[in-house]
Order: sequence, then C-alpha cells, then structure tokens
Amino acid sequence: MTPTLSLTLRIWRQEHQQTKGTFQTYTLKGLSPDLSLLEVLDQLNDQLIRSDERPIYFEHDCREGICGSCGFLVNGQAHGSQRATTVCQLYVREFQDGETVTLEPWRAAAFPLIQDLAVERSALDRIIAGGGYCSINTGQAPDGNAMLIGQEQALSAFETATCIGCGACVASCRNASASLFTAAKLAHLGQLPQGQPERRSRARSMQAAMEQEGFGSCSSNLECEAVCPKEISADWISWMNGEAR
Amino acid sequence: MNALNPRIPSGPVRDAWTRTKEELPLISPLRKRELTILVVGTGLAGSSAAATLAEQGYRVKVITFHDSPRRAHSVAAQGGINAARPVAVDGDSISRLFRDTVRGGDFRAREAGCHRLAEISSAIIDQCVAQGVPFAREYGGTLATRNFGGSLVSRTFYARGQTGQQLLYGAYQALMRQVQLGRVELLPRRDLLELIRVDGVARGVICRNLLSGALETHTGHAVVLATGGYSNVYFLSTNALKSNASAIWRAHEQGALFANPCFTQIHPTCIPSGDPYQSKLTLMSESLRNDGRVWLPQRRQDSRDPETIPETERDYFLERQYPSYGNMVPRDVASRRARELCNEGQGVGPAGRSIYLDLRDAIRESGRDVIEKRYGNLLEMYERISGEDPYAKPLKIYPAPHYTMGGLWVDYHLMSSIPGLFVLGEANFSEHGANRLGASALMQGLADGYFIAPATVTAWLASHSGPLVTQDHSACREALAAAQTRIARLVATKGDTPVDQFHRQLGLTMIERCGISRDAAGLSQGLQEVRELEQDFHARVRIPGGAEGPNLELEKGLRLSDFFGLAQLMLRDALAREESCGAHFREEHQTPEGEAQRDDEHFAHIAAWEYQDGADPLRHSEPLQFTALQPSTRSYR
Repeated sequence: MTPTLSLTLRIWRQEHQQTKGTFQTYTLKGLSPDLSLLEVLDQLNDQLIRSDERPIYFEHDCREGICGSCGFLVNGQAHGSQRATTVCQLYVREFQDGETVTLEPWRAAAFPLIQDLAVERSALDRIIAGGGYCSINTGQAPDGNAMLIGQEQALSAFETATCIGCGACVASCRNASASLFTAAKLAHLGQLPQGQPERRSRARSMQAAMEQEGFGSCSSNLECEAVCPKEISADWISWMNGEAR
Repeated sequence: MNALNPRIPSGPVRDAWTRTKEELPLISPLRKRELTILVVGTGLAGSSAAATLAEQGYRVKVITFHDSPRRAHSVAAQGGINAARPVAVDGDSISRLFRDTVRGGDFRAREAGCHRLAEISSAIIDQCVAQGVPFAREYGGTLATRNFGGSLVSRTFYARGQTGQQLLYGAYQALMRQVQLGRVELLPRRDLLELIRVDGVARGVICRNLLSGALETHTGHAVVLATGGYSNVYFLSTNALKSNASAIWRAHEQGALFANPCFTQIHPTCIPSGDPYQSKLTLMSESLRNDGRVWLPQRRQDSRDPETIPETERDYFLERQYPSYGNMVPRDVASRRARELCNEGQGVGPAGRSIYLDLRDAIRESGRDVIEKRYGNLLEMYERISGEDPYAKPLKIYPAPHYTMGGLWVDYHLMSSIPGLFVLGEANFSEHGANRLGASALMQGLADGYFIAPATVTAWLASHSGPLVTQDHSACREALAAAQTRIARLVATKGDTPVDQFHRQLGLTMIERCGISRDAAGLSQGLQEVRELEQDFHARVRIPGGAEGPNLELEKGLRLSDFFGLAQLMLRDALAREESCGAHFREEHQTPEGEAQRDDEHFAHIAAWEYQDGADPLRHSEPLQFTALQPSTRSYR
C-alpha cells in the first residue's frame, strides 16, 4: 500500500472583485502522493458540489506546465516553493503529512480578481499587442536558411521565448511589475536577425504598453526570476532598459 | 443534406493545388473591408487563419474559451513539425513526404490533400522563421532536423521539446499584431453553444460569456471552426482538460457531416495513470524513441528494479519484431504491441500497465549532456510527475488517447457540408487518414490556417457575400433559444452527482470499448452503456449555482452532454468499419502476425455521418481514389 497524506488547505474565497474575501479551511485525508495540487482541488470540489456548496474557482487547462493558465500563491510563493514549477506540476509528495497549505490569488492592480484563486491577465496580451511580434505578413517569407543563426544565439532566443505568460513574475514583484515578461519577449525577438528592424521601436512601445496597463516599475528584488516556472533570467530586464534608450 | 462533393481537382495531384489556386476567384481589397469572418479557436490553425484573413483586409472576430489565445492546446505539442526540405544527404523531397503521409494514414486519407500538405510544408517553416520562431539550428547556423516515428528521413524541425509552444506564439503574435491594427476583434472567455444557419448557410454563432454568463449572438459572412480535437471523450487523455467537441458537435447537429469519428490515435509514450482522481495523462514526446529503447522483462510479473535486470533477460520487443524500424515504428503499432504484452502479464509498474523506455544506452554512448540538451524539459517533467529520475532509471510509459483524426467532414476547400462553414486543423478530419505520423498535426494546422483557408474562404465569399445577418433575425433568435433551453435543463436537474463522475465513467467505457483495439461485441455493449450513462447524467447531475456569472460546472456539463452524442457516433463508426486500418484495430480483422488487415475493396472510403434528430445517424461514404500511389500493406518489419 502506498502511504497517503493529509493536508489542510487554507483557501482564499471571494465571490467577485466587489465583495469581501476571506480564507476558508478544508482538510483532506488519504491523499495519494502522486496527485497534483490541482487534482487535490478537484477532489475538494467534488466534496463541495456534493454538499451543495460553490466549488473553488481556479484556472487550469493543460496540466502539464506549458499553457500558463494555472497559477496562484502557495504558502505565499507564486506556484509554490519548488523551483521551475507551475502549480499544476506541484505534487502532493512535495508536502509534509498534516501540513497546512495556504492558497491565494495573484495580487496586482493590473490583474483584477475574477473569483477565488483566478485573476484576469489579459493586460499581458495587450503588452504583446504593443509590439511583441515581427511585422511580417503571411506568404512573403524568405528561405529560412537564407538567414544563418548560430546555434548558441538560437538557443538563447529560445530560452527567453519560453515564457508562458502565467503572471507569477508580476505577482511576486513588490511593485507588481511586468518587466520580466516584457523583457523576455524583447530578448527573444531582439536576439534574432528577424527582430532587428523593429528592435528599438518595439522596446519603446512594449514598455509604454506595460506602463499604461498599470504595472509598476522593476523593483530589482529579483523575486520574478526566483519564481519563474521557465527560469528566465532577470538579467534580461537590464538588457531591456538598454534597448529602450 | 448537400451532396457529398469533395471538390478534388481533376488531373495529376502533383500540381493540383497550384492549378486550383490560380483558378480561385479573388475579392477586391475594398470589398473585403465590408466582410466579417468569425474564427472560433486560437490554436495553430485558428490563430494563423485569423491573422492571415485580417492581413488580407477582412474584418475578423476571434472567439476563444481561453483568457488568452496563447493558451490554446497547440502550445503543448512537443516534438516538432515536418517539412519536405532536402536539407541533408538523406534525399527528402515533397513526393517522399507525400508518400509517407498517405501510407502513414493507412490509405484512408485523400491523395490530393496529402500532396498539398507536403507541398506547403516548406513554406510553413519559412513563414515561422520570419516571425522569429527560434527553431533549433546547427552550429553553422542552418535549420536543424531530427527523426520521428514512421519515417526514415530526418525532416522534423523543432525547438527543443516545445515546438508547439513556439509555433503557437508565432501565430499568436501575428494575431495580436492584427488586434493592435484594429483588424481583429478578440473575444476571449467565450464558449460556442450554437451555430446559426440562415437558409442552410453558416452565418453566425451563439456564445456564452464565461465570466458574466451572458449569451451573445455574433454574425458573420463566413464561420471558421478551428476548435481542436475531442480526445477528452476518454476523460483521461493527453489533451488539455478543457478541450472539447462542442463546437463541432453543435455544427454536426445543424447538418455538418462528421467524418471517421472512430479514428482516434493512441499515443504510445505517455506517463501511465495511477490514482482514481488523476485528471490527465502526460505525453512524453515520441522523439524520445530516437534515443530510448523500449523493453520489458522477459519474465512475467518481474518485480526487480529495472537496472538490475541483465541484458539477456530483457525483451527489446519492437527491435525484435520490427528489425527495420525498431523503436521508430508508427504510433498505432507501438501502442498495440505494448498493450498486448501488458495483457499477457509482462507489463511493469502499477497494475502491470507500463513498459520501459530506456535512455541508458544513449546516455552511455552520447553522454548525459547531449541527452539533456535534446530532451531536458521532457525529462524534468517526467521526474516531477513520477518522482523518479529518468537519467538513472528507465521511464515507465503506456499508450494514451492523444489525437483525433476524425472530425467534421470538409471538402478540398476545407468547407464542411454546411456552406460557409470552414473547419481547420484537428477539428476537421482531413489528411491523417486512419493514423497520424508524428510531427504532422502542427504541419496541417498551419497549412490550413496560413495558406489554404485564406484562399478558399475568399473564393467562397466572392459569390456569397450579401448583407450581414442581424441579431433579430429569426434564425439568431431560434439558436439563442436553443442554447438557453440546454442551459436551463442542466441547471434545473439539481441531482446529486458532479459532472466529473459521469465523465470519468464515460472515459472508462470508451477506452475499454473503443480504445487501442475494438470488437463488435464490445462496441455494441459500449453503445448501450453510453446511452444509459447519458440518461443517468440528465437525471442525476448536479450543477451548483445558476446560469449567471462564472460557473465552471455548467461549462463542464454542457461539454459533457455533447461528448455523449459524439461517443455514440464513435462507437457506431467503429462498428460499421469492418476492417482494421491504422489506429482503428478491429480484433476480427487481423493478419496471422497480429497486424491490421485492411479491406480496400469495401472500405477504401471516408465514412461521413449525417445527424438525424430523433433517429439513428445515416452513414454516407466518399470513395478514395489512388492515382499517384497504389494502396499497399504497411510494413515496418
């Protein structure tokens, strides 16, 4: 028999942005260590529905750490204490038997609360709309091999391009800054020859979009890098600041 | 119903698409501005189509159930995208990719469509590179490629194990550019509940705003569905949890034919299931089979640690049974062999439902660094989920429902049997036949979205523009009322059982009756079981809360009620197809060696089902003609 665990979940419950929120506590027993934290919430919701209570609202979809839908604070830390992990990839085996785990939503002015653990993150899309692309129309592309890109350069661009837009960096910054998110996109496109023609204007317009959405400026406390599930380096923020000048 | 006319161009397939394009009518840029196109879904196919149509000058409304287009499930595709580019000495060519695609689909796909896909493939790579998609490169700076299952040439372009993510972000960025330019109106967090038809033509959709609960009517001159696949009918699958069949099922009930619903691909390399509350099966890219050797202990119920099992007591069964392809056999073959051995008691892991995928020899040969560079993120994901170190122990894997080759029937122009309704990517049935080769779905999604639909939608609109239907049109009001009725029915049931419980049960029935292999008795039994489960669901489901505001249970309930109809159609389709082909393996039809036995005389066709209200659906068939290739038995031995 595989040993099971029991966990006490302290979860932020809030009907909507205008109502007052509060923590509620639930205890679950007999949890398999192989369950993900979201599957524990599924199990809790199953119980809540059967007892005719409103289930907990949380965002999720792929449950394999890549879509960027899930995300909330676990014991005060975005996506929990495990390095390079999204909440859906956090497993019960990472917790102690009998542990109390506190779950609460991202808190940032630019991310209005939807319900319980879910916030609205469309501000990040508007930053991308502010210039996070190469202005090329379909069907006019040159041969992909006509432009040689060194292996290291391609890899470095790829690593910054892996940002999933989960918003953990924003939620962890004391100024709720989206600098890491924006810098990652600028670094992705700015490191490739395809991104050069619009490099300066892109940096300026994406930074302007970021400010317009109400994100704060970089607080330099590097929490964003510590919680990023894709381990994107905060060094790119200084790089971004150089780009916009 | 409209006559089943696939509109396949006559003459040789070699330049059929070029000839077609030259003849397609165009629309002046000025007129395009007055035309609205609704695009539903923002994965590779939807985002690329929406961005391109907007570039062309149309007014485009994009509808997605996600909060952001970037979250579409295409983001999770790992391995890569095929393209016929003779970049290496292995001599790849369009005709080779064409041949592999038709053969990989077990001669149940249209030649013309497969050829077009192979022709376009190279332009997709160029398009994506120009957008800044950071494909892996060789030291000299040229695009790198790797091998994939079912192919003997290296034609798969990739970005580590996150190719789908990078391709999707390319399309998403192109889409957001059009949003910024004001050419695309983005409508996120909306579920499609009904299709609006006016005089038989698709003219709009009814959506539920997932935050407010409000029902909205959106009308357009054409509707494009790019809503992905339906593997979640199995509950446990590699699909994202919210992937669903509702949009295509609602269209089916409105008259769109549903083609080959039983062709579901079971992917051989997934992390197996364990706990009853497990919600998801995670895929481990097939590319791992390039370096990983698949084996099982020769002794049954061998509980020793795999590392301690000596070489002489290991059965490298794929290498043994398929000397020329070995571990690289296509997915259906690998899945079936794994299931058979596990059924015979040779399997390992929980309930003996796993096989080993071992990287030991590759690490020994190339070094851990090289393997880490190739598959680092996949292996990290494996370790997180399973709690075991894949560099030290072989991975435990098992087949899982992955990609659905069936979908709405479309003609060569990607138009369904409802005029004005176009269906792209995994939501349609085209190009994959009975089986899909690795790295070919991304290719199809982007070919449909960037290159094919923009040309064919234009051609249709050239003679079907007319005035936009207004929301007070009787067809809009009727569709709205139908959606309201469905919601009211679910909310009013007030039973005692959550939606997921019914969904899990449906999944168990479907994997058992219509999974890796099927037989007539099981399929008939499955039909009965799903019917009963559906009745039970409508009698006993509990949806807390009402129709207003956010309500995840209501979303799930609406989706599941559509899955019941689809599940029954899948079972019927599998029952009617009295042959084995690709991923559809009927126990009654196999060779003495246990390989799939096709029946080209009776089943070289696409099955296209017509919905009938209150009666059994009607099966139509579109015969397949092979002129460039002669159907042959697939052999990977």
